[in-house]
Amino acid sequence: MRSPGQVALALAIALFLGVFLVVPVATVVYVAFTEKGGGALTLINFVDFARTELFVRSFWNSVYVSAMTVVWASALALPLAYLTTRFEFRGAMLVQTLGFLPLIMPPFVGAVAMQLLFGRNGSVNLLLDEWFDFKIGFMEGLNGVIFLQAIHYFPFILVNLSAALRNIDRSMEEAAQNLGSHGLRLFRRIALPLALPGYIAGASLVFVKVFDDVATPLLLNVKEMLAPQAYLRITSIGIDDPMGYVISVVLIVVAVATMWATALVMKGKDYATTQRGGGGLARRQLKPREQVLAYAVVILILLLVLAPHFGLVLLSFATVWSFSPLPDGFTFAHYARVLGDSSVYIKNTLLYSGLAAAIDVVIGGAIAYLVLRTRLPGRQWLDWAASTALAVPGVVLGIGYLRAFYGVKLPDGTPLAALWIVIVLAIAIRRLPYALRAAYAALQQISVSLEEAAENLGATKARTVRRIVVPLMTGGLLAGFVTSFATAAVELSAVLMLVQSNSDAPLAYGLYVLMQTPAGRGAGAALGVIAVIIVAVCMWLSQLAADRSQRARGLDI
Amino acid sequence: MSKPATALKATGIEISGVNLSYGSTHVLKDVALSIEPGEFFAFLGPSGCGKTTLLRLIAGFAQAQTGRVLLDGQDVAPLPPWKRNVGMVFQSYALWPHMTVAKNVAFGLEERRLPRAEIDRRVAQALELVGLTDYAQRRPAQLSGGQQQRVAVARTVAIEPKVLLLDEPLSNLDAKMRVSVRRELRTLQQRLGLTTIFVTHDQEEANTICDRIAVMEAGVIRQVGTPMELYEKPANLFVASFLGSANILGEGAGIAVPAGKRLVFRPQHATLSPAEGAALHGPVTHREFLGATVRYGVRIGESEILIETPFHSGNELRIVGDVVGVALPPERMLYLPA
Repeated sequence: MRSPGQVALALAIALFLGVFLVVPVATVVYVAFTEKGGGALTLINFVDFARTELFVRSFWNSVYVSAMTVVWASALALPLAYLTTRFEFRGAMLVQTLGFLPLIMPPFVGAVAMQLLFGRNGSVNLLLDEWFDFKIGFMEGLNGVIFLQAIHYFPFILVNLSAALRNIDRSMEEAAQNLGSHGLRLFRRIALPLALPGYIAGASLVFVKVFDDVATPLLLNVKEMLAPQAYLRITSIGIDDPMGYVISVVLIVVAVATMWATALVMKGKDYATTQRGGGGLARRQLKPREQVLAYAVVILILLLVLAPHFGLVLLSFATVWSFSPLPDGFTFAHYARVLGDSSVYIKNTLLYSGLAAAIDVVIGGAIAYLVLRTRLPGRQWLDWAASTALAVPGVVLGIGYLRAFYGVKLPDGTPLAALWIVIVLAIAIRRLPYALRAAYAALQQISVSLEEAAENLGATKARTVRRIVVPLMTGGLLAGFVTSFATAAVELSAVLMLVQSNSDAPLAYGLYVLMQTPAGRGAGAALGVIAVIIVAVCMWLSQLAADRSQRARGLDI
Repeated sequence: MSKPATALKATGIEISGVNLSYGSTHVLKDVALSIEPGEFFAFLGPSGCGKTTLLRLIAGFAQAQTGRVLLDGQDVAPLPPWKRNVGMVFQSYALWPHMTVAKNVAFGLEERRLPRAEIDRRVAQALELVGLTDYAQRRPAQLSGGQQQRVAVARTVAIEPKVLLLDEPLSNLDAKMRVSVRRELRTLQQRLGLTTIFVTHDQEEANTICDRIAVMEAGVIRQVGTPMELYEKPANLFVASFLGSANILGEGAGIAVPAGKRLVFRPQHATLSPAEGAALHGPVTHREFLGATVRYGVRIGESEILIETPFHSGNELRIVGDVVGVALPPERMLYLPA
């Protein structure tokens, strides 16, 4: 059954995705393959790319940094996952909450603070030098990016890996014990291979995120990486230079190739083995000595993970902080400044994130409904189109908007790309895949028979949606809204390309600009703390909304 | 199929004074049991009776608060599961999906650090034993339920365990497969001469393939015996009604029953007779045609009993409401404690 309303809705969404996702990305790809100035299709730009030593070096630097980040993130995540799934461990709750940290604070926010803590003349090295007469180059060049990204993004691996480990049926492990295996060997031969799909999912996510990140390397003054090069090329040489577009295409190709390779490796490896009544690996008690070791590992990792947060707070209250383990003095001046004349950043962030999240929930909810509840031909395409946003790096989307909409002029002559609403749309497209998953989850929990009952009693399709579907989905959609809002609040890479004036800039942009100068750092850090608080409160609210809707639904889960 | 090169020496199992609780739930109560070497033994009982827990206790996956489990006279309490050499086939089979069939079977041998040639030889032998030689390089997910079950058995017998534990091995198979697989299991057990414990809630499975059965209820072993002993001479009302159907009558049924006892008899041992002069009599409440037999429900006082009479065409059939007598040969009457 297809009603005119459904067709109109599907067409409207298709138009939206077409204009604000497909056209900008297609423009980027098209420009990369056309001659500068002329219109002829050519590969010459890619040849230039391959011949430019800077770009090739940047490419390999990006590959190296992303791969090493995965290695170090795995080194942090593996022991924690083993500990929490295999043993009765009281610190497990603590470890699980680590999963939220990268969502609360993306790596660029704490970059400068980490420089002050771990840099060549940072707190840790000053103390090491004083006590033991040596320094460790945590933050030297690419190492700094790897270090920062690893401690921010390892929870993605941790969360995926622990979930996979928990889904292994207990009998899988008991059968191995029964046949003579135990301890670490058992973990390596049975549990780990079975959890491999979860690990790979997490690892590839981390790889792509690091590869696409613009702001973190730039704030650490690392320019020779691919994503920063795309940004620098467009902002310094201009919107007509093809190299920025070529780099964008390379970024997309790497993201798609990573996801494709992941899918290939995971194929036929869906080892969901949990049986009814089975449930996770058997846990055992830690011996006292093991317990001490376990806590030592967890506390060490926790200290590392909290270091950027700690440094940020310190920086936001510091008068002067340079060449000393701790700031010289403390002040509220930075907060006064950002809440005073810089408060426009905060206001813009709330407005942009709110609008973007609202767009995402409406479109996500509509796509979920069309896919799961109608037989509209081509409805799957909407889902695919919206999900491809995952493979488009923020900087690429930003470049695409600039190029596609700069020529479009409003009646008074201002280009479309200069309007603040374009920033909102870019953020909305970036967050849409997440809102879409939330909407699917919410709708899948509603039995179709509830809607059929309403129709049976005389309600039309439209009224059934309004009176039955939407009220039942509210909890899930609300959680999706808050998560989209929170992550939109710290979105930077697309925003970086699109902000035309400070008065239109959101908080993340303000933070990025302020952090560039020593004089602005304090205020930048204060903005960062405010951002973290906004996001943390939102995450907490979203958890609350999800819990409440679960409870309201009672046993119907 | 050839006989395994290494004949397994059968192991006896002694269980005494076992009590096991999870928190406040008393799962096993004073369990004592003696299983002969080479015996095919069943733990039979309804779900939640503790039969699987008792099996897991032998395998080392559960710890008893009191009591001992002896294998060949040796207390296994200090041994962790991986040192017990007690082979267990899990209800879910627990085949590792990331390994081929051959790898699954080789696992236990690799853990024992056997030389590669020896491992290969024994994997081939175990797969031949269950008739899956051609499936060595398949993944478990590519096999049918029955084949997966045989891989699980091959994987377990490959390590030449002291005893073989089967946890509801037929429950994940369809009805037709169950009958053939249980015969295969029996044949295999006979050939290997392996002491085997079979956990099931299905009395037919236990009756058809096991030498002896321990009937369990609520953590207590209610009776141990051969299937025929348990059927003919049940020691209590639970065993009488769990194995086959049984009519149970107390005082007030019109027949003398000793104090504290109940009269128990099987439906096919009673016959219908004229109501006049019969000690047991009452109205027919329902009639079911079962093919070879006709089953009547007869109300006797407060209770209803079942009577099964052989069906021959021309037999006089009773209808609902007829008042009938029930005749019962004295040797078929059992008086069991209430």
